[in-house]
Amino acid sequence: MSELTVLHPEYEALLQRFAPNVEPDTRPGFSGIVVLPASLIEVVTYLKEQMGFDYLSSVTAVDQYPDDQFDVIYHLYKTIGGEGLELKVFTTRENPVVPSVTQLYPGADFQEREIWDMFGIRFSGHYDLRRLLLWEGFSGFPLRKDWHEPLFEEEVKPYKSRWPEGRAFHKEQTNPFHDNVQYPKEFDPESVSTDADESLYKALTANLANDEDGLHTDRMVVNIGPQHPSTHGVFRMSAVLEGETVVALKPVLGYMHRNHEKIGERNTFLQNMPFTDRLDYLSSMSNNFGYAITVEKLLGLPPPERGEFLRVMMAELTRIASHTMSIGFLLNDLGAFFTPSLYALEERELILDIFESVAGSRMMCNYFRFGGVVRDISAADFAKVKYLVEERLPRKIDDLDRYLTDNEIVRSRCEGVGVLTAEEAIACSAAGPILRASGVPYDIRRADPYSIYDRFEFDVCYRNHGDVYDRYLVRLDEIRQSIRILKQVIEQIPPEGPVMNGKVQYLVKVPPGESYGRVEGPRGELGFYVVSDGKVNPKRYHVRAPSLINLTGLEKMCVGGKIADAVTILGSVDIVLGEVDR
Amino acid sequence: MDVKPELNHTEIDIPAELRQQVTITTLERIYNWGRSNSLWPMMFGLACCAIEMICTAASRYDFSRFGMEVMRPSPRQADVMIVAGTVTKKMLPNIIRLYNQMSLPKYVIAMGTCASGGGPFKEGYNVVPGIDTYIPVDVYITGCPPTPQALLNGLIALQEKVKKEQLKESGWYTKEPGKDIPVPVLGPDIIDPRKKDLIYTETHRPEPTVVEENEAAGEDK
Repeated sequence: MSELTVLHPEYEALLQRFAPNVEPDTRPGFSGIVVLPASLIEVVTYLKEQMGFDYLSSVTAVDQYPDDQFDVIYHLYKTIGGEGLELKVFTTRENPVVPSVTQLYPGADFQEREIWDMFGIRFSGHYDLRRLLLWEGFSGFPLRKDWHEPLFEEEVKPYKSRWPEGRAFHKEQTNPFHDNVQYPKEFDPESVSTDADESLYKALTANLANDEDGLHTDRMVVNIGPQHPSTHGVFRMSAVLEGETVVALKPVLGYMHRNHEKIGERNTFLQNMPFTDRLDYLSSMSNNFGYAITVEKLLGLPPPERGEFLRVMMAELTRIASHTMSIGFLLNDLGAFFTPSLYALEERELILDIFESVAGSRMMCNYFRFGGVVRDISAADFAKVKYLVEERLPRKIDDLDRYLTDNEIVRSRCEGVGVLTAEEAIACSAAGPILRASGVPYDIRRADPYSIYDRFEFDVCYRNHGDVYDRYLVRLDEIRQSIRILKQVIEQIPPEGPVMNGKVQYLVKVPPGESYGRVEGPRGELGFYVVSDGKVNPKRYHVRAPSLINLTGLEKMCVGGKIADAVTILGSVDIVLGEVDR
Repeated sequence: MDVKPELNHTEIDIPAELRQQVTITTLERIYNWGRSNSLWPMMFGLACCAIEMICTAASRYDFSRFGMEVMRPSPRQADVMIVAGTVTKKMLPNIIRLYNQMSLPKYVIAMGTCASGGGPFKEGYNVVPGIDTYIPVDVYITGCPPTPQALLNGLIALQEKVKKEQLKESGWYTKEPGKDIPVPVLGPDIIDPRKKDLIYTETHRPEPTVVEENEAAGEDK
């Protein structure tokens, strides 16, 4: 990536049209187009309406401390497939303001709020710029490079106090409060107000019209979560109800915000690999995959043939495990408590056995390395995969299909519920089964193939109604397609050979530059944006989490429906909180 | 064969033909025996560990064999709180509130390294280094995440603990059965109401203390 990227003639035209407000990013290792903040909206409108970049994949920011500069980075794609375009806006650290693109791409909503939360960059024109993951009143913007957490030791790992001597101590004992906390000077603990949700309720009711027909109805705010059996973890939604009908709904996030990105920027590149497992903890192999190919783009280190096949094998097994579980829990949410999940978990356990055997852990596999996978699969495990793929799974998936698909309760609770049209799904930057159930056949494995997916025959599953039922059907179809890919993997995998290129090393030096890699995870487009400044630690490490961005459309899906359906709709979006909050 | 060996009083001999039907025991033993075999966990997961908790409840590991299958989403009906996952500052007030709402006798299991001591995310600015900084923990389970077998082992360890408890020493039949834990408040950082005085003194110290703190940190290294 260190050589200058040659621009497509289409982009040359773009540069000429908007000169001098637009110019290519010429820093070594970087690519994309730099736009002045003032003409951002104009350029983005042109890109969306004239050039067909209708899908905003990711928005993120980079702190260039000690330089007085924040970069805001947009990754745009076309839903008809093909390469993307990277757009950058520079702003100062003193007064960081960038125009919001939420009018054009509603999918930027949560991502811009996250950037405000983490970097303190204001987006002018954003309709609801509140903190996303932390709470109102938190002091500081954590992802700024000059902000230090309470247990701060050094900028980067490995910490000299601990390595190589291997000294262990409790860092919080050096903190005056003996805890992981810090307070600003002159802070009085009595001065804090306990009404933390005021701004949330204000935002909830902001757009509601009053008494249109003269009849006065009492509205009621209902909070579901963060501790609720149907919210799939510590997710909270705050809904305004009229009777049983939802009139406004906002997700409240951050109850599991584990500071993944801040920790990731202290870690070495390789140390981040086990942390990616804990993002979407139902599909750790896919997360490994995304991170590995992103860093490999910078390293220029492709895996060997057998390594590639093993990667695809593990990623597809993960997809099957994740989708079966998702279907099981959707039924939980419909009221069929736990029995369908038992069927789903039974198959998942068999897949986890394979993972445990090849990687050493059931859930947190940490199996991928830069340039391959960590170890080869044994003949016995290969036989297990073969048995699962060729005999057991197709039969079991047909069972699930037979039990559920034509079940009257499933159909009447799911059909026509939580509809998201194709236009809305694209606008909300929805990904994965949500996008495909709305009639957009966009699958990164086909649209922008990575690894060796271009060699396999499979169909991109999609449906047209965009409701809960179609999302269920798309997941079912995808399991079948994954089995189809796995059959080809078993047939074509080289019988032996290395599984990893390059030498085994703990401190991988990554050449300076930036890289955005994305894979089609079970929940959709999982992207990693990594900036390296040539050291062993990433300068910026960002995760484009499909679960988080899929939630952008949640309000659209729920408003107008009954509150009981909101639970089903959330089940069909299939979020994993580890990824939503990171 | 004796069906309930842990129930029988050791010194009184029951005729062999009656051992299947009759047991002579103390109130304490039968009370603890009953409680330990019907520990109802609260249905409440925080992070990755919750998935392993679900697997433990599912058919392969099946913790209903030990009397724990009744998972209750309401804290009022639960005996054990399994803190399954990373405790974040934003979630902490809710966890403390849930704990306060559980009726006595109540037990806490810290499942996994995050709940026990912060785990891999300990250094994070939004992470509480272990739930035991706020509420008392009965059993710690290691692992990231612990396997279902490890969770079962932890639950069995809790049963053993319950069996050894004595009615005389248990606090929950007294007039003042334990106090609620003050719920933390979210300010510029999480505020433990029990530490308000310390926070006030530390934040209102005159400037030179910063140097002293640095020196103290230097000595520690």
